[in-house]
Amino acid sequence: MSILDKFTKKKSGENAKQRLKLLLVSERADCSPEIMEKIKNEIIGVISKYLDIDTEGLDIQITRNENEGVEGGSPALYANIPIKGQKTR
Amino acid sequence: MSEVIVITSGKGGVGKTTTTANIGTGLAKLGNKVVLIDTDIGLRNLDVVLGLENRIVYNLVDVVEGNCRIRQALIRDKRCENLYLLPSAQTRDKTAVTPEQMKKLTDELKEEFDYILLDCPAGIEQGFKNAIAGADRALVVTTPEVSAIRDADRIIGLLEAAEMKKIDLIVNRIRMDMVKRGDMMSMEDVVDILAIDIIGVVPDDENIVVATNNGEPLVGSDCLAGKAYMNICRRVQGEEIPFLNLDSGNGFFKKLRAIFR
Repeated sequence: MSILDKFTKKKSGENAKQRLKLLLVSERADCSPEIMEKIKNEIIGVISKYLDIDTEGLDIQITRNENEGVEGGSPALYANIPIKGQKTR
Repeated sequence: MSEVIVITSGKGGVGKTTTTANIGTGLAKLGNKVVLIDTDIGLRNLDVVLGLENRIVYNLVDVVEGNCRIRQALIRDKRCENLYLLPSAQTRDKTAVTPEQMKKLTDELKEEFDYILLDCPAGIEQGFKNAIAGADRALVVTTPEVSAIRDADRIIGLLEAAEMKKIDLIVNRIRMDMVKRGDMMSMEDVVDILAIDIIGVVPDDENIVVATNNGEPLVGSDCLAGKAYMNICRRVQGEEIPFLNLDSGNGFFKKLRAIFR
């Protein structure tokens, strides 16, 4: 380890905390890829009743809500659903 | 009013059994009638940490299966007269007992004891489910390491799902010298990550090893860990006790400062 490394390297305690926080966000949400796929399909089902959406371009994921005052934010389900147009009745 | 408390952690080796022995002994020293139950069937250890390993006649499985009465299986501690141990069975496995049987057992013990402490096995399987079945509150033990904290988070999730009424955290084996260097997560860091109430922090103390070697819990003795455990006992009773300053080590400058204070 060079002298420069010593000054620039993040302290291991801080590193552990950040790694854990990220890990626990996804573990607490308990969202396996299968569950995410189910959520996605059901969202498509519901919204398709009213709007014509781009099912290929749909993107959902679990992220952190950065707007909150808490450091790191709270977990949030983010969905981006492109709309092609309103369904004609 | 009596209380059933489970001491759990998820990960093994973080100090559940030592914590159970010390908190149980401390609560008894404070005048409560206490029984400790080792629920780690097949891997019992609470007996040896308490120094009672030579006095076991009957065990938890004998009681549950009706081979003896509860009274016959309880071992009275020789130093602390309010303290009793219900040892685990060594030659059976976790499936020898069901959660319903544990609930019935703790309900019966509630009639006679102020505190019933359950030493939970590591893991999240049947042994864990047995241990939490009859509990009113849980003490989750963790160390400031990523593996222990991750498992503690999982355990907290399972306790919440089981509708445990009260869950408190104990951060064990903290080393202030490493925290100061930034090479160990602090108590505040751990609380921040796990987001539950903290009831105590115990320093990494050589005296614990010595006490365990001798089979004598050190709660209440004049070392940092002894004081930390006694403070946890008082907080368990509902007293408001400020957290210890664990930073009163043996450094040369500390001693020098102490002289001039």
